[in-house]
Amino acid sequence: MSRLREMHTPRAWALLGGAAILIAAVIPLVAPDYLVPLLGKFLCFGIAALAMDLVWGYAGILSLGHALFFALGGYGMGMYLMRSIAGEGVYRSELPDFMVFLDWKTLPWYWHGFQSFPFAAVMSLAAPGLLALVFGWFMFRSRIRGVYLSIVTQALTYAATLLFFQNATGFGGNNGLTDFKRILGASLHAPGTRRALYVASAIALVATYLACRFVVTSRLGRVVRAVRDAELKSRFCGWDSTHYKLFIWTLSAVLCALAGALYVPQVGIINPSEMQPSNSIEMAIWVAVGGRATLLGAVLGAWLVNGGKSWLTAAIPSAWLYALGGLFVAVTLFLPDGLVGLGARVRARLVARRAAKAPAPAVVPSGPAPTSPAPP
Amino acid sequence: MTPRRRQLVTLVIVAVTGAVPWSTAHAGHLPLNDAIDGLASASDDTITESVAKLGALDDPQAIPALDALMDDRLRQGADGHAYLWSPKTHDTLDPLTGKVVSAPRPLKEVEVSNEIRRVAAPVLAQLQLGSPDAAVRLAAAKELSSGGAGEAAALLHRALARERDPKVHEALAVAIARVDLGSPDAEARLAALEVIGKSANDDFLSTLQQMLAPGDNGAPREPDPRVRAAATRARDAIVSHQRFVSLVGDLLHGLSLASVLLFAALGLAVTFGLLGVINMAHGEMLMLGAYATYTVQTAMHGSRFYLLVAIPAAFLATALVGVLLERTVIRHLYKRPLETLLATWGISLGIIQTVRLVFGAQNVSVANPDWLAGGVELAHGLVLPWARVAVVAFVVVVSAAVWFILQRTRFGLEVRAVTQNRAMAACLGIPTKRVDALVFGLGSGIAGLGGVALSQLGNVGPELGQSYIIDSFMVVVLGGVGRLAGAVAAALGLGVVNKLIEPAAGAVLGKIVVLVFIILFIQRRPQGLFALKGRVEV
Repeated sequence: MSRLREMHTPRAWALLGGAAILIAAVIPLVAPDYLVPLLGKFLCFGIAALAMDLVWGYAGILSLGHALFFALGGYGMGMYLMRSIAGEGVYRSELPDFMVFLDWKTLPWYWHGFQSFPFAAVMSLAAPGLLALVFGWFMFRSRIRGVYLSIVTQALTYAATLLFFQNATGFGGNNGLTDFKRILGASLHAPGTRRALYVASAIALVATYLACRFVVTSRLGRVVRAVRDAELKSRFCGWDSTHYKLFIWTLSAVLCALAGALYVPQVGIINPSEMQPSNSIEMAIWVAVGGRATLLGAVLGAWLVNGGKSWLTAAIPSAWLYALGGLFVAVTLFLPDGLVGLGARVRARLVARRAAKAPAPAVVPSGPAPTSPAPP
Repeated sequence: MTPRRRQLVTLVIVAVTGAVPWSTAHAGHLPLNDAIDGLASASDDTITESVAKLGALDDPQAIPALDALMDDRLRQGADGHAYLWSPKTHDTLDPLTGKVVSAPRPLKEVEVSNEIRRVAAPVLAQLQLGSPDAAVRLAAAKELSSGGAGEAAALLHRALARERDPKVHEALAVAIARVDLGSPDAEARLAALEVIGKSANDDFLSTLQQMLAPGDNGAPREPDPRVRAAATRARDAIVSHQRFVSLVGDLLHGLSLASVLLFAALGLAVTFGLLGVINMAHGEMLMLGAYATYTVQTAMHGSRFYLLVAIPAAFLATALVGVLLERTVIRHLYKRPLETLLATWGISLGIIQTVRLVFGAQNVSVANPDWLAGGVELAHGLVLPWARVAVVAFVVVVSAAVWFILQRTRFGLEVRAVTQNRAMAACLGIPTKRVDALVFGLGSGIAGLGGVALSQLGNVGPELGQSYIIDSFMVVVLGGVGRLAGAVAAALGLGVVNKLIEPAAGAVLGKIVVLVFIILFIQRRPQGLFALKGRVEV
């Protein structure tokens, strides 16, 4: 019970519960059919934003490789969706269509087992997690940090993109995996299935938020923030920063993969362009817009940026890149703490003004207080 | 052998053997002039006859006229004489002297049927083999040697006997060897294999492999064991030559990749190394430099010397963009490197989109000026393009200039002072803010020069910079931050290793191998190859 109180005040819990019911129960009942997949996509981006916030906002690691984990999770799910309809493709073959097209005779070894949903679900989280664990261990062990780490993660993503673009890699080359039909026996094109996927994403988002909140309010979360702000000092205090960073990094990668795995059945395709380095950087801007180290801010940022993208790419296509580029510059120059930080600043000013008017007992601002300074 | 070539060859024989007596009987200018005028006749028969006459005369002076006939550049004047038409200058030329003459108009075009072309092509080759110009003879010999001109043996033997130039001699010998390889005489085949083995000409590889492969009845196609041994030797010689050529070719490609990487990395080493700023828009500076070259080329209408203007123009344009960038955005973010990364990424998006709107999303092509076109043939099948040589030379000059600026000028001294201790430098009266802006301009300008180099190697598109930015960051990380020598060594190493791995593992795996290597390398030496000694935090 006390642990719950550490995570949120009772009022915040109530608000959060209300929001969760709104997203997971009310919206799927009232939203029109055409909107459901788009909203479901946004929920997945929200999960990815949480993962990014965990690693960047709380641990100070600006990962430019999260699109890779997102896409790997998506590929794991895509492989299940391809295998579950074996024999129903254009060529009526046991193999996925693109393998028939490439004149492959047998299934590559790493495709075995993906016809089973539980196996695929585990693998789409475990494989990216393992990659993150190994890569992170090498990186953190040799104390690579800051911009160096960003560059190396970007290089990793770049190399993986090239690899997945190849037909010989066995993931469908630049077309990726597509033409999915059913998930767990239910048609992906049926409105009911889409709503179910939306609800699953909503539940995953809420669960991810709670998990992240649990981690950042724990002792481990405090150590991670200490490492972010003063790595050497926390090392001298006896905390092995490598292990803490590695844990947060791997957890974040797995959460990002979860987002990808939920994303793919809703959009119906996964291809290597999904893991391009630019996508990772876009994730970073979601978090920056909302406010780093605020969790809820990251989710809001993801929704705002993607909502803007959906609207602008339809309205004025050539302006989108300018808008995105301008957003990068404007947020870093003028909104270092994001929208949540702006809100807190405005509120602090209001409080100060009210205090000046009537010197009554001071009002303590409630809710998640983003008081931590910007990471280096 | 294509059907066209087979006929060509048969006709050579007709021309050479059938009409030889005629040619010895009339050796003078009159029959030559008559035959050439006959080429411009309206009747196909007359043209064919004249071509045969020219073949019999065997006079290289007729080459321009025959060439013109093949290219539809032959005209008949009103006086019935033949004239060459120059489509560029719209002049009429005398077919023998090549001088501009005024032909009586109206000019009539000569209708050239495919049949006439078939007759004329071998005669042209024959005349070219007798040309006084060694280059013309070489081209003709190569044409025949790659064709496998079975029946042209007599013609080739005759040309070989009178050939003095060693290169042409070799080409003719190879052409004859190709003919002899099919001879029923084992000695002739042996001699031919000897020549082929020496020439290491890879055109023969498949023929040799066929000779050595078992035929339909299981026995080798080549019955004579001595010839088989010789064929094996010749094949091995060709294969090892091929390997050598591809190795040298990979090295040269690696060198030119390295020089492009070095251009990008030099600029980064200056901005990232000295200012500690990650500029994700650095690749776009390369792209802007390349587009500046394109603009200058278009503005100067492809003048021969547009590059001489493009180099300073690209430098100034990109340096200006760099200074602007530093003054407006980056100077506010010096304390926050991760945010600099995001902001400059945003700027790069804006630059790319602007270029797309101004120049179009399609690639544009920048032509090499004529003094950079072509290349030098180092060995059979190995051409070193001048453009690549020039790029390597250019990067050497620019690296030396950067070193000079940083180590030997007052500005360089100020830059190093600011890098080492900003506060102390400011106390000593160094205008640190101006130094920051100028350093950024210098780094961007160097990338702009890299863009000029890139425009000479391939097409120019809005996404040009994106493909180099990651590699060039790797170079800087590998070389050690702020170390020019490190950047040079790392660029060379990465470029050459990349191209050496590529043929064995493929381009993508090559990149991955290099990346894994870098990650492992950083484990051992987090400060890079050329680290500063001392307590420098990485």
